[in-house]
Amino acid sequence: MQVQEPAITEDLIASHGISPDEYAEILRILNREPSFTELGIFSAMWNEHCSYKSSKIHLKKLPTTGPQVICGPGENAGVVDIGDGQAVVFKMESHNHPSYIEPYQGAATGVGGILRDVFTMGARPIAAMNALSFGEKDHHKTRQLVHGVVEGVGGYGNCFGVPTVGGEVRFHPAYNGNCLVNAFAAGLADADKIFYSAASGVGRPVVYLGAKTGRDGVGGATMASAEFDETIEEKRPTVQVGDPFTEKRLMEATLELMQTGAVISIQDMGAAGLTCSAVEMGDKGQLGIRLDLENVPQREANMTAYEMMLSESQERMLMVLDPAKEAEARAVFEKWDLDFAIVGETISEDRFLIMHNGTCMADLPLSKLASSAPEYDRPWVPTEAVADMADVPGIDPIDGLKALIGSVNYCARQWVYEQYDSMVMGDTVRNPGFGAGLIRVHGTGKMLAFTSDVTPRYVRANPVEGGKQAVAEAYRNLTAVGAKPLATTDNLNFGNPEKPQIMGQFVGALDGIGQACLALDMPIVSGNVSLYNETDGTPILPTPTIGAVGLVAADETPIIGTAREGHVALLVGDTAGHLGQSALLAEVFNREDGDAPHVDLDAERRNGDFIRAQRDLIRACTDLSDGGLIMAAFEMAEASNVGVALDDADTATLFGEDQARYLIACNFDQAEALMTEAAKAGVSIKSVGKFTGDAFKVGSTEAPMADLKTIYRGTFADTFA
Amino acid sequence: MRAAVIVFPGSNCDRDLAVAFRNAGLDVTMVWHKDTDLPSGIDMVGIPGGFSFGDYLRCGAIAANSPICQSVKAHADRGGYVFGVCNGFQVLTETKLLPGALMRNAGLKFVCKNTPLKVETTSSVFTSAYAQGQEIMIPIAHHDGNYSADADTVKLLQDEDRIAFTYGQNPNGSTADIAGILSENRRVLGMMPHPERAAEEAHGGTDGARLFAHLTEALAGA
Repeated sequence: MQVQEPAITEDLIASHGISPDEYAEILRILNREPSFTELGIFSAMWNEHCSYKSSKIHLKKLPTTGPQVICGPGENAGVVDIGDGQAVVFKMESHNHPSYIEPYQGAATGVGGILRDVFTMGARPIAAMNALSFGEKDHHKTRQLVHGVVEGVGGYGNCFGVPTVGGEVRFHPAYNGNCLVNAFAAGLADADKIFYSAASGVGRPVVYLGAKTGRDGVGGATMASAEFDETIEEKRPTVQVGDPFTEKRLMEATLELMQTGAVISIQDMGAAGLTCSAVEMGDKGQLGIRLDLENVPQREANMTAYEMMLSESQERMLMVLDPAKEAEARAVFEKWDLDFAIVGETISEDRFLIMHNGTCMADLPLSKLASSAPEYDRPWVPTEAVADMADVPGIDPIDGLKALIGSVNYCARQWVYEQYDSMVMGDTVRNPGFGAGLIRVHGTGKMLAFTSDVTPRYVRANPVEGGKQAVAEAYRNLTAVGAKPLATTDNLNFGNPEKPQIMGQFVGALDGIGQACLALDMPIVSGNVSLYNETDGTPILPTPTIGAVGLVAADETPIIGTAREGHVALLVGDTAGHLGQSALLAEVFNREDGDAPHVDLDAERRNGDFIRAQRDLIRACTDLSDGGLIMAAFEMAEASNVGVALDDADTATLFGEDQARYLIACNFDQAEALMTEAAKAGVSIKSVGKFTGDAFKVGSTEAPMADLKTIYRGTFADTFA
Repeated sequence: MRAAVIVFPGSNCDRDLAVAFRNAGLDVTMVWHKDTDLPSGIDMVGIPGGFSFGDYLRCGAIAANSPICQSVKAHADRGGYVFGVCNGFQVLTETKLLPGALMRNAGLKFVCKNTPLKVETTSSVFTSAYAQGQEIMIPIAHHDGNYSADADTVKLLQDEDRIAFTYGQNPNGSTADIAGILSENRRVLGMMPHPERAAEEAHGGTDGARLFAHLTEALAGA
C-alpha cells in the first residue's frame, strides 16, 4: 500500500527549513516540482548541519595537511600516522540541540555517533572525551541537564567499552537555553587498512547493516539547524534513541567484516541516515545509487519512503559489498545477531533512485544533490576591540583561591568523571582529573595523549586571540604530559550565522585557530560545525572546542610524576599579569571585561619544545590556564597530596592568565639543570616557591590543604548531586 | 595451565582479563558464548566484565542462560576453577554458582574509581598470595555492584570464611561491605572490583597482579 504524499506548499517548504531561494534552485535542478519524499531528501542534504553551507568557504582556509596526516577532513574522521604502520583516527562532533531537548538520549547518541565515525574507518575506538557547556548553576534546567547528559555519556560509552579519559565541563548563563555536548572519539588502526566512503564498481550490492530503521529522529538534522524557541518541547520526537549494546556488536561485526575483504566502501548512517550515507558513497565514487526501500529492515509497520529516508535511527551502516564475498559477510553479521540486508545497488547513471514496493518515490540527480548544496558567503563584521579594562582591586590570595575552587567552574570534576569508565581496555596510563588523558597503544611502548580545550570568554572578547588560545592550551596540555602534539579536530559551536556579528566571531575564531594550528604544527584533520545555538535570539558564547591528540614515542617517558615534599616549583614562560577575561574577574568580581590574553605562538612553540626536550629533569608538569599560577600550583599540590609555598606576589602575578606558561615540580639539582638548559634555549624560567608541608601558602597567608581539598572536591556534588 | 575467557557479545573486559591471565603464564583460549562446550583441558574459566547482553532484563541474566554457561556450570560442578569479574560476578550469581544478587548501586550512579579493599581470607587459590587483612587498591567500574543477600546467607558466607574481599569505603551499598565471595568449594570467585586493571606498572597500581601471578603455581599445586 502506498500512502498518498502531501502536496508541496509554501508552508511545507518552510517547515523543511528550505528558503525560497533554495527552493527555486531545486526547481531549476529538477525542472519540475519535487515530490514530498524528494523535498525531504533535499532538506536533509541542504540543511546547515549536513551541508556546512554557511561555514564551508571559511573552513577551506584551515591548515589540514602535514607529513603526519594520512586523511584530513571530508571523511568520517581524520587519520594521522603514529609510526610503526599504525594510525590514530579521531573526530569531535556536537549533539547540542538533541541533548537540550532530551539530555540522556541526546548525549548518549552523540557518543554513539562519534564512535561510529571512528570504527567506520576501520579503527577500534580506544579513547573518548566530552566537552560539556551548561547554563548557570541556579538556572532551573541546569541540574536536570547535568544529570541527564553525564548519565547519557556514561551509559553509552561504558557499555560500548571505550575509556573516557578527559573532557571539560563549564557553566555560563549564555548556555541557559542551549547546552553544548561535544563528543570526541579516537581509534587505532593499521595505516594501510583504512576504509573510505567512496563507492566503486557498477551493479554492486548496497548493503544495510546494524539496527532496524524506526521513526526516531525523522528530521533531526533539520531540527539541529534551527534556533530554539518555546516550542522546543514539541521537538522531543526528533531525538534519536541509542542502544550501546547494538553499537558494540556493530563495531565488532564491522571490524570483523573488514578483515574478510568484503568491504568496498562504507559509511555510517548519522544525520539524515540513509539519505546522507547513500548520497555520500555515490557522489564520492561518481556513481548513482538505487535503493529498494521494502528491503530496509524496519522496526515499525507501514513506514513511508519519506520516513525511511529521513530516519535517524542509530547503530546503522551502509556498505558497498564485493558480491563474491556476500556469504562470508552475511555470516559475520549473523554471528553478531545483526541485520544484514541488500537494499539496493550502485548504478552507472547519475541518479539517486528511491523505489518503494515498485513505485518510484524519488528520482534525483545524485551529484547535484551532493554538490549543489547552497554555499553562502554570509555577511560578517569583525568583532570590535573591547574597551580598556577597569582596575582590578587586590585580593587576599587565599580568599581568591577559595572562590575559584569553590565555584562550579573550577572545582574538581570527579562527580562527573567517576560516572565514566576511564579504565576499560586496560591501557589507561593516566586517569581523568589532572591534565591530558594518556592511553598506552596496546601491545606497544607508545602512548597517545588526548585533550579538549577552549575558553569561550576569550573568544567572545577577541575571536582571533581566543581561537589561537584554544589551540595553544591544547598544545600545552599535551606537552605537559610529555606528548608531541600531532593533530587537531575542531568542534565549532556558534550562534545564528545569519547575524553578521556571529559570523564575525566565527570568521575571527577560525583565523586564530588556523594561525595556531599552522604555527604549532597540529593540522585540523576533522571537525564539525554547530550553528544556530541560540534561544529566543540569545546566542551562546562562541565555543570552538579544540580536541587534540599527541604522541609519546616508545623511547620517551611521559611526564606523569607527582610533586614531592621539598620539590622546587618552577615557572616556565613570561608573566605580565594579564587579568582581562580571567577566571578571577568572572568568579570573584562577577566581571567579564578586558581583552583576552594574547598568544605568542613563537613562545608557545619554544616553551613547549623545551618541556618535551627536558622531560627527564621534570617530575610533574601542568600548563597554566584559567586561574593562572595560583590555580596551577593548587591543582598540582592537591593531586600530589603535598602542600605548597609560593613566593609572595601581587594579584595579577598570581591570578593572571598570560599564555605559553607551565609549572614544573622537580628536585633542586634538576631545577639547576633546567635553569641552565632554559638559558641556552632562550626560555624564561624562574623559581616561584616550593612544594612542602600540608598547607597552601602565599607569602605570609595560608590555609590547610585539607580544608581547601574539601572545598575543591566537594563543590560539584554539593551543587548538583 | 589453561584458561578460557568467555566472550559474550557485550563483554568489553575480555581482552583485559586474557592479558592478565597471559601475563601470569596461563595459556588462554577465548570462547564464544554460542559454543556449547569448553575446550578440553581447561583449568580456569574467566568470565569478564562488560555488559554481556547490554544489561537488558537484569545484568548477567541473559548470559547465564547462554549455551556456554551450561558448560561453565558443569566445569564448576566437576571442581573446576571459575573467576568472574564485575559483570562476570553478576553472571555467576545469576547462574547460582554463587549466592546473592548484585543490585543497582545505592547512589544510583555508575562509579569508576580506585577503591581500597581488605583481603578477608587467604584460603583460596585467588587470595593466598595476599596477607590476611591486607589492604589493596583495586579499581571498580559498575552501575550494579550492590551485593545483596539475606541475613542467613551472609552469616553462612561469614561462618564458612567465603568472603574474599570487602570494601574499605563501601562505594555501592553492598551488604556487609562485600566486594567478592567464594563458592563452597572455594574454587569459584566472583568480585565486582577489577584486579586486571591494577596488574601492570602502566596501570598506576599493581595490587591486582598478585592474584594472577600466583594462579599458575597455585593451580599446579591444587
